[in-house]
Amino acid sequence: MIDLKKINLEKAIELIKQKKISSKELVSFYLKEAEAKKELNAYIYLNSDNAIKLAEESDKRIANNNARPLEGIPIAIKDLFCTKDVLTTAASKILSNFKPAYESTVTQNLWDAGAILLGKTNLDEFAMGSSNETSFYGAALNPWSKNKKEYVPGGSSGGSASAVAGGIAIAATGTDTGGSIRQPASYCGIIGLKPTYGRCSRWGIVSFASSLDQAGPMTKTVNDAAIMLDVMAGHDKKDSTSANLEKTNFYNNLKINKKLKIGIPKQYKNDQLDKEILNFWELGKEFFKKNNCEIVEIDLPHTEYALATYYIISSAEASSNLARYDGIRYGFRKDSEEIINLYENTRSVGFGEEVKRRIMIGTYVLSAGYYDAYYLKAQKVRSKIINDFNQAFEKVDVIFTPTAPTDAFEKGTKIDDPIKMYLNDVFTVPISLAGLPAISVPIGLSKNDLPLGFQIIGKRFDEDSVLSAAKIIETNANFKKESD
Amino acid sequence: MDIDKKLVKKIANLSKINIEEKNVDKFAKELSNIISWVEKLNEVDTKNISPTTNPSDIKIPFRKDEIKDGKIKDKILKNAPEHKGGYFIVPKVIE
Repeated sequence: MIDLKKINLEKAIELIKQKKISSKELVSFYLKEAEAKKELNAYIYLNSDNAIKLAEESDKRIANNNARPLEGIPIAIKDLFCTKDVLTTAASKILSNFKPAYESTVTQNLWDAGAILLGKTNLDEFAMGSSNETSFYGAALNPWSKNKKEYVPGGSSGGSASAVAGGIAIAATGTDTGGSIRQPASYCGIIGLKPTYGRCSRWGIVSFASSLDQAGPMTKTVNDAAIMLDVMAGHDKKDSTSANLEKTNFYNNLKINKKLKIGIPKQYKNDQLDKEILNFWELGKEFFKKNNCEIVEIDLPHTEYALATYYIISSAEASSNLARYDGIRYGFRKDSEEIINLYENTRSVGFGEEVKRRIMIGTYVLSAGYYDAYYLKAQKVRSKIINDFNQAFEKVDVIFTPTAPTDAFEKGTKIDDPIKMYLNDVFTVPISLAGLPAISVPIGLSKNDLPLGFQIIGKRFDEDSVLSAAKIIETNANFKKESD
Repeated sequence: MDIDKKLVKKIANLSKINIEEKNVDKFAKELSNIISWVEKLNEVDTKNISPTTNPSDIKIPFRKDEIKDGKIKDKILKNAPEHKGGYFIVPKVIE
C-alpha cells in the first residue's frame, strides 16, 4: 500500500506513469485532506467537482499510454493567477466576485502538461504583505503552529506554503515581488523558487509591481521545483518582458554535479541576526565545502538601501497598476449617484488597509514635485544595487544567505507596524530589485521548533546553479519535512 | 518630510480613496513614518547613475496590432456590476 501522504511530486509522476496509483486516487486524496484541514485556511477555493472529472480524463490518457509530463497531478494555484471561469480574487474584496474570461499563461502551461487545478490558495491582499494577514479571507495558518500558538505562514504566498507544508497540496505555484515565494517557504519548511525576471510569463497574473513580479514553484523537494519550473517557464508573446530562450531542462541538469564558488555577502551579517541563524549559516558553508565548493567573501555595499528602494518602486508601480479597480467593468462596486463618489466609495470599501497605504505611498512618490526626490532616486539606487550583484558575480557562481532574519512569528505581532513587517524582506528584496533567480531551502529547526530556510541566489537565467547548490543543502541538511 | 493632514487628503484624492476624518491623523502619522524611513536613500551618491525601469535587458519587441482572440463580449460583461445592451452602466457624468 502506497502512503500518498509521504510522496512528493517526482514520486507521484513516477507512480502514475507506472499505473501504481491513479490520478483519481491522488486528486481525491488531496481534496479529502484539504477538507479535513480547513483550519489551515490555505485555500480560498477548492476545485472539488471539476478536479475529479479532469482526473478521470487523465486516467484515460494514462491507460492509452498518452500521458503528458504532469498528467493527472493536482496542483494548488496562488489566487493571483487568473483561471478561466474560476473565481480569482487576489484575496481582495474588490475582486471577490471576479471570474476571468481567460487563463494565465503559467497555469495554461501546467494544464497543457496534464496538471489539474486542485484549488486557489490564500495570499496577502494583492500579494502585499509578509504574513498572509492582509487577506480579505483571513490569514492562512502555518502548519507548524503548536502549543496553542498561531504562527503566520509568511507571505504573500502563505496559502501555497501552508498547503504544501501541511500535506494538502503536492506542489503549488506562488509569485514573488520582494520575497513572497522565498519567505513563506522558509517559514513553512518547504522549497520556494523565484526564477529570473522574464523566465515565466506574467500574463494573466494580477499585477502588483510589474518590474518585480515573477511566478515560481513551491514544492517539497528541489527536484520537484525543477520539474515544475520546466513546465511553468517559457517565452510568451503576450508578455513583452518574457525572455525568448531555449526550452529549459532544469530537472535533467540537476543530475550533473557542479563544483561551485559560493559567495557570502558580509553586509548580510548584521548585529540583529540571531546566533542560531549564524550557526546554521556556518553549517551550510560546511555542507558546501564537503562538496568541493569554494567559499568566497563578497561585497554588496548597497544592501542597506534595498528595502527603501523596494518600497518606493513597488508602491509606485502598485498605485498605477491598481488604478484599474474602479467598480465599472468588473469586481466589487459600492454604488453612488455620482461617478467620482462611485470610484472613491468602491476603492475605500474594496481595498484593505495595507493596499490603501501602498497606493497612497505610491501616489505620493509619483506626484508632481516629489517624483525626482523619491521615485527617480530609487530607480537610480536600484541601478547601484544591480551593479553590486554584477561585480559579485564576477567572483562567484551563487550567493548563500539566510532567507529571512527570523523564523515564523505569531499572528498579530507585527500587523500594526508596517515598517517592522517590511523588515522581514531585508534579505529577499535586493534579489528582486536585480531580477535574479533565488531559492529558499530548509536547513533545520529553530529553538522554537520552527523551520528556517536559507537562500541561494544565482546569475540571471542561471537557475541551474541555484538548483544544484540547493540540492547540496537539501541532501546534507536532511530536514524533517513533517510538521506534526 | 512630514506629511500633514492636508497632504494626506490631497494624496487620498489623487488615489481616489476616501479617508474618514477620524482616520486622517493615523494615515498622516503612518505615511510620515514610511516616507522618513525611505529618505535614507538620500545618503547614496547617484550622480551620473542612470535609473533602472526594468531589470531585464530584453529589448521590447514589436508585433502587429491584430486581434488574436476576441468575440467574448458577453463573458466580459458578465463580470460588470451593471450592464445593459452591451454597455457598462455608470452614473450620469454630464450635468
